[in-house]
Amino acid sequence: MSRRPTNIVTEPHWLFGKLNLDIFPMATDPIVLVTFIVVAIGAISLLGFITYKRWWGYLWKEWLTTVDHKKIGIMYIIVALVMLLRGFADAILMRTHQALATSSTFGSGYLPPEHYDQVFTAHAVIMIFFVATPLVSGLWNLIVPLQIGARDVAFPFLNNIALWFFVAGAMLINASLFIGEFGSVGWLAYPPLSGIEFSPWVGVDYWIWSLQISGIGTTLTSVNFIATILRMRAPGMNLMKMPIFCWTTLSTASIGAVIFPILTVAIALLTLDRYVGTHFFTNELGGNQMMWVNLIWAWGHPEVYFLVLPAFGVFAEIVPVFSRKKLFGYTGFVLATACIALLSFLVWLHHFFTMGSGSSVNAFFGIATMTIAIPTGVKIFNWLFTMYKGRVELTASMYWTIVFLITFTVGGMTGVMLSIPAADFVLHNSLFLIAHFHNTIIGGAIFGYLAGITYWFPKATGIKLNETMGKASAVLWCSGFFVAFIPIYALGFMGVTRRLNYYDNPEWAPYFITATFGVLLIAGGIGLNFLNFAYSLWKKDEPENIDEIGDPWDGRTLEWATSSPPAFYNFAKIPHVNELDDWHHKKQNGVAYQPIKNYERIHMPANTVAGPIIGVLSLVFGFAFVWHVWWLVILTFVSMISAFIWHNVFAVKDYYVEIDEIKAIEEKWQKKIKKALSKKAEV
Amino acid sequence: MKKPLIYLGLASFIAVVTSVVYKIVKALSTNCDIAEQSSNYVCNFVLFYSGGQLGVEQGKLIILAFSLMLIVVVPVITMAIVFPLWYSSKNKNEYKPDWSHSTIIEIFSWGIPILIILVLGYTTYITSHSMDPRRSLVGKYENTKKEELVIQAVAMDWKWVFFYPKQDIATVNEIAIPINTPIKFLITSDTVMNSFFIPELGGQIYAMGGMENRLHLISKREKIMRGISSHYSGFGFAGMRFKVISTSDSGFENWVNKVKQSPVKFDQSAYSRLRGKQTKDHKVEYFSDIIDNEQFENIIRKYLKTH
Repeated sequence: MSRRPTNIVTEPHWLFGKLNLDIFPMATDPIVLVTFIVVAIGAISLLGFITYKRWWGYLWKEWLTTVDHKKIGIMYIIVALVMLLRGFADAILMRTHQALATSSTFGSGYLPPEHYDQVFTAHAVIMIFFVATPLVSGLWNLIVPLQIGARDVAFPFLNNIALWFFVAGAMLINASLFIGEFGSVGWLAYPPLSGIEFSPWVGVDYWIWSLQISGIGTTLTSVNFIATILRMRAPGMNLMKMPIFCWTTLSTASIGAVIFPILTVAIALLTLDRYVGTHFFTNELGGNQMMWVNLIWAWGHPEVYFLVLPAFGVFAEIVPVFSRKKLFGYTGFVLATACIALLSFLVWLHHFFTMGSGSSVNAFFGIATMTIAIPTGVKIFNWLFTMYKGRVELTASMYWTIVFLITFTVGGMTGVMLSIPAADFVLHNSLFLIAHFHNTIIGGAIFGYLAGITYWFPKATGIKLNETMGKASAVLWCSGFFVAFIPIYALGFMGVTRRLNYYDNPEWAPYFITATFGVLLIAGGIGLNFLNFAYSLWKKDEPENIDEIGDPWDGRTLEWATSSPPAFYNFAKIPHVNELDDWHHKKQNGVAYQPIKNYERIHMPANTVAGPIIGVLSLVFGFAFVWHVWWLVILTFVSMISAFIWHNVFAVKDYYVEIDEIKAIEEKWQKKIKKALSKKAEV
Repeated sequence: MKKPLIYLGLASFIAVVTSVVYKIVKALSTNCDIAEQSSNYVCNFVLFYSGGQLGVEQGKLIILAFSLMLIVVVPVITMAIVFPLWYSSKNKNEYKPDWSHSTIIEIFSWGIPILIILVLGYTTYITSHSMDPRRSLVGKYENTKKEELVIQAVAMDWKWVFFYPKQDIATVNEIAIPINTPIKFLITSDTVMNSFFIPELGGQIYAMGGMENRLHLISKREKIMRGISSHYSGFGFAGMRFKVISTSDSGFENWVNKVKQSPVKFDQSAYSRLRGKQTKDHKVEYFSDIIDNEQFENIIRKYLKTH
């Protein structure tokens, strides 16, 4: 049941490259076949439904070509959530496989290593690059311009193109499931294993191109948000009056703009090794594999802070709002965020203490690593003391916050244990490490994004999510996490290493089986998330679900000063900011919702046709590169450049929204506000 | 209505905590070095019940770090549960909507983590040097021999090849070591990256082509242990295990003699056979003689040519 055909083509044909008829794993692998059938039926019915409803024109005009940051944010989140299902399916495969993989009791599982090794590689790559990273970009897009009182991001066209680069990368990695193979080299593709000698077919090339294309998108997004936050804040909002989520965004985007180019260069060098025959990272001709390890972790370690800092920002928004109290220690929080962002660059070597650096080098990086626990601890105290002497409303968002505080603290503790080099020599590569980073990425980042989605869902759609389902989902995720990963921690103490296709010690099996039950609980949590979206959208006309005036939680920051969903220009009149939590103070002082007297025309960026076209071309470009179809590589590359030039020279890039249109939209909203406020006064 | 439920919950919580504490106490009193007790399941936790001198220290270090972190973790988790419940909007407890700064709390929230990290940082600095597995262990522990046994290990796809240069024998996927003797492992790879790891004895170190890495261990327990590669190296990775026979001096001598009996010698053809083909779950092999005295060094040199 091997997924790799016996005769792989290594000499490309001039027309078809390495493509031939033996490359479809569905032919030999029933698991892939079933997946393919399900995906095909799903895709055909979705496309058929859109065609039947005649939605193509609407989709093209309002969504695919849009430069509206809110819609781009929503699209990021939708694609990321779909990819979450794919990545989680991989997790279920791994957990069930390992539960059955001790030879003396059950046989050696049901996945051969050729398949299993692709699954763990794909799981990690998808979860980091195509779930967590786009959820960060999605939340930024959705919220940051609103929070700083801007009408769009600094570079709307780049924003659109970054989205489509990400989608192209995601499509490419999904294509690898059905055409050819994915890499079976672990998520960071350490050479020489990922070199051409040991991975001769296309798996690693899929890895290269899906990350290369989407990584460029992330660089663009980071640059875009640095510029947006630094240049486009509403008048009066100096940096220390900026909402805390914007602070974490600024720090994160600064990390992203520095590290993603490192990833791009590292992957480019690996590409040369594989395509041209250079030896940057292989054993031969003076190549050095440790160069790759350094480069990839110089990207990889800051990347985890790239993922978790925005989640910290989300919680720092949620806790004050639902505690009805100012954030405790705003300045300290900002300082701690900046500290973490800086320190994140100084710790990469802790990923390879065991490769043989000297004791002093190890000691330096170990101590640098544990230093990060200090600002992180400060943040935890900030959240806790914001609730202290507050009026805490235990909404679904707060449930996410509490499960985060519990889970993440445990993750921080195990992180400090790993940061001691002498201890890391026995913990490195073990399942303890696996449990640790799931502890921080699920318990820190993912809980944060889900909290953010719960909290800002009404802003994006005008509808509140169901609270009960949200709370149940948080409880299931959290309990599932502990049931799944406490046994994994324990296995680490038994010296069980990661990525095992099978193992010979039956005494480990009960732990693996318990972990599988935990995954089922998490599956319940994910199921409830999706059910909640569907149910809330279905019940969208129920009065208690509708967010009439755009401020369902009695929020404190500017995004709640707009309607839900906001008008495409966000603010008819750019607000003037006087203090931190400006919207809260405006409401307190009774100056919120003041009708606008003189409207002005609004200058807005125009939709772009070039963005989605370049996105599709980049997908074909990557695919052609993977399969060595050189004429197509050249064709798509030239087309991409042409489309880019066409956009810059000929396309309409901006327009004015006329006063009549703005007036109509704003007056409709003002009416709703009046009605809601008078209803409130009656109560 | 709700009171009996709360009592039931409390009772079951106390029962769980008591049984966990009981198990921990019982586990702590287990001595895995004694044969009768070594079948206890807690002996599976080899990082805490290590059979190696260095491993014991590493286990203690993990527990020290864990305990130090609990100083922050326990109060934080307690506060994370108590604060939202106590200050819940239903309870109408004290409410200070604009209170957002307290120098005392700031001092504590920066100070306590800083103090803990100072202690841990100091420990890290000391142990990074004293417990560096690339440091020789000769003379470090009482009742251990003064002379090192050298074993050279080479990672191949997907098996470990071992040379005993002094004994002039070679094996695949099996080693024997005498207890209370400092062992010096010289490690390299003739393929992709791997990591040489005997969890029950102590730390691991990476095996990389063209580089020689060192690992020093001492076993104090007579037992057959599990040796693995802990860095993923391809499809046969899960089977890339070797047997570690930790035994007495005489047991070691018997084992060496057994290997010496083997009719096969480690020559160029044996090397080409092992290196040339990727094998999974490779069987144990013995070689009675190493023909090339610099076999290990030559495997490293092979990768050092720069053109």
